[in-house]
Amino acid sequence: MKKLSLGLVAAALSAAAMSVPAMAQQNEQFFPLLVYRTGPYAPNGIPFADGVADYLTLLNERDGGINGVKLTMEECETGYATDKGVECYERLKSKGPTGASYFSPLSTGITFALTEKAPGDKVPLLTLGYGRSESRNGAVFPWNFIAVGSYWTAADVAIQHIANELGGFDKLKGKKITLVYHDSPYGKEPIPALEARAKINGFTFKAVPVTHPGVEQKSQWLAIRQDRPDYVLLWGWGVMNSTAIKEAAAVGYPRDKIIGVWWSGAEPDVTPAGDQSKGYKALMLQHPAGKFAVHGDLDKFVLSKGKSASKDDYAQVLYNRGLINSMIGTEAIRTAMKKFGNKPMTGEQVRWGFEHLNLTADRIKELGFDGMIQPLQFSCQDHQGADLARVQQWDGKEWKIISGYYKADLSILDPMVKEASDKYAKEKNITPRDCSKES
Amino acid sequence: MFYRETGQFKTSYVADMAIFPIRQDRIALWMMLAIAFIGVPLMDAFQVWPFASEYLLRAILIPFLILALATVGLNILTGYCGQLSLGSGAFMAIGAYSAYKFATGVTIGVVSLPALPVLLSILLGGLMAALVGILFGVPSLRIKGLYLAVATLAAQFFFDWVFIRVPWFTNYTSSGSVTAPALKFFGLTVNTPIERYLLCLVFVCVFALLAKNLVRGNIGRQWMAIRDMDIAAELMGIRPLYAKLSAFAVSSFIMGVAGALWAFVYLGSWEPLAFNIDRSFQILFMVIIGGLGSILGSFLGAAFILILPIVLDQIPHALGAPISVETVSLLVFVVTGALICWLLIVEPHGFARLWATGKEKLRLWPYPY
Repeated sequence: MKKLSLGLVAAALSAAAMSVPAMAQQNEQFFPLLVYRTGPYAPNGIPFADGVADYLTLLNERDGGINGVKLTMEECETGYATDKGVECYERLKSKGPTGASYFSPLSTGITFALTEKAPGDKVPLLTLGYGRSESRNGAVFPWNFIAVGSYWTAADVAIQHIANELGGFDKLKGKKITLVYHDSPYGKEPIPALEARAKINGFTFKAVPVTHPGVEQKSQWLAIRQDRPDYVLLWGWGVMNSTAIKEAAAVGYPRDKIIGVWWSGAEPDVTPAGDQSKGYKALMLQHPAGKFAVHGDLDKFVLSKGKSASKDDYAQVLYNRGLINSMIGTEAIRTAMKKFGNKPMTGEQVRWGFEHLNLTADRIKELGFDGMIQPLQFSCQDHQGADLARVQQWDGKEWKIISGYYKADLSILDPMVKEASDKYAKEKNITPRDCSKES
Repeated sequence: MFYRETGQFKTSYVADMAIFPIRQDRIALWMMLAIAFIGVPLMDAFQVWPFASEYLLRAILIPFLILALATVGLNILTGYCGQLSLGSGAFMAIGAYSAYKFATGVTIGVVSLPALPVLLSILLGGLMAALVGILFGVPSLRIKGLYLAVATLAAQFFFDWVFIRVPWFTNYTSSGSVTAPALKFFGLTVNTPIERYLLCLVFVCVFALLAKNLVRGNIGRQWMAIRDMDIAAELMGIRPLYAKLSAFAVSSFIMGVAGALWAFVYLGSWEPLAFNIDRSFQILFMVIIGGLGSILGSFLGAAFILILPIVLDQIPHALGAPISVETVSLLVFVVTGALICWLLIVEPHGFARLWATGKEKLRLWPYPY
């Protein structure tokens, strides 16, 4: 009898778990948050997730949502694993009165998988500075928004900065540049852009893979010591970044010759290596760490009320990136509301909002993001909206901005985007939209 | 009482040799099949709870079916033939990538094949996995047990490496991630979750039936003889070469097909990480928890290992408990791990034996002894 009742309890519990209580309160916009707060990538996943959640909380607390529509959210732990991410996506995509607004999985692997599913489910993907580089082409990828920058943008800007340090593009000739990358779609993405640059500028390019999760890099750095490249680009994530810096120090490779991508340039990447990280450089997805106008409101409406998700990552690089992620998403919803009315938006309407989003300098200032992000505009054709990035350097205590804005060279990247997206369209039998006819 | 087969006389060899000799089992099986093939699509068509959203189909049933198929595959090798293998992920990957190559058109040397139909590609993917399985099965003739596990582990790491490093397999995509072609079967495109589910269900039923009949026949007896004592089996005239390699071939074939389905039907876009060592362990745990040497156990094991964490993950939220996701995901690890330990202590032979014991009790009910 005891066993039977135990079984019944278990059955009831599982039934309760299956029946997602769809408390359909009408005036709510649902935000699914795919996060990873556990596993080898958690040090970087947590601050981003905190920033994303805090900005949504801020809108609720300060403005009562967006135009009177309250924002609701639910987190789902992916652990950076693709199959878990797909499960989370399926779990959350139809919650809320109008379904999920958009997904930001913060994982290139999950983005690749969701890219196949999003068009069928009509849910946009907002991938801020990661994901398929060719998804910039909105004609082929109507549901992907690779906002602010792709890995190809990053690769191009990194080379531009190296040229700048050396004193001109002609100085790149004969130089050796090595990419140390996370051996996954994430790390492999920049390779074509760097190869294209190597051909144009005449430097020798070499790619050195590091297997997931990246705690074992001894042989790679020994090879680098033998090879003595002039610069090392680092495309790591999670524990891989700090390990790379430690290994570079162990083989005596100068840290100021290492340039990380914007996913290798946050506090959790440098602090574990202590003083060894001094001098290490990284790209910025435009924004730095630190407090800006929006943080004043966050202090007032979220932190002081104890509603912040953040513990000790407040105003860090990735936390701020989370804020920007939510800001762009919610502004897209606001844009959509202008057309469709002040009610919860469906995924399709949010997609329209993204495509017609125009973040002007005035609007950015109004939102309190002045100094964090430059004006950004999406269009039917262009789902990236910006090509700018800066470079920062770790001085042992904080990130210091050491360059102005670089603009990625579109004469190199645009043909690559076109070629790659055409190939994708052909493989998947997609007829690209005619953007001249879209309103 | 429930399982009393009194009065069920077998009057022919056919009846005597049936897969399910007891009438109650047959009825239960047909009912399960009816629910799976007719009930689920009907419930889906009328949007009956819990089929109102696609979640159950897409995130639970489809992966469950595919992983159950892979578990059946490994169970043939490990459960029936006694060859411990940690290479399941590799064989699934071979199935997936070969199927991808066949489905997108492949040129090998001078032979250039056009893009083959998806069904044929999936089966050819299985065939490729079988060939590689035979190759990696050769060491099993000399080494046993844990040593063999290490040899198959080599296959796992080798193919992880191959599919990351050799761009030919991914049709030279820059990111190393590939996307499955449209699922077209005889002119019909399989797209909705219910169609995908039915597709997997057909594969699973066909291969489960095939596997069940194989293990009941001559070759299955050879496998089990090898498992129980290979020297005695050899003395009785069973050729270890043939028995072991056939087990590797059949098992890898099924795992290859499962891998192709996992890639094509469930993920849609994948990278080698989808078939890494964790997948091999997951499948092996499914076999062990379900019960070594049992087709039914494969299904039970797959359900336990796959679905339990997902359910546990959602309980706190469903109950409205304010627990953060990281605590929940850690709790899931703890609870799942504890349950596996408990189960293996209480019933080391897995769910299959649990069910067999239960059945015996039901037969004798209300006077069990």
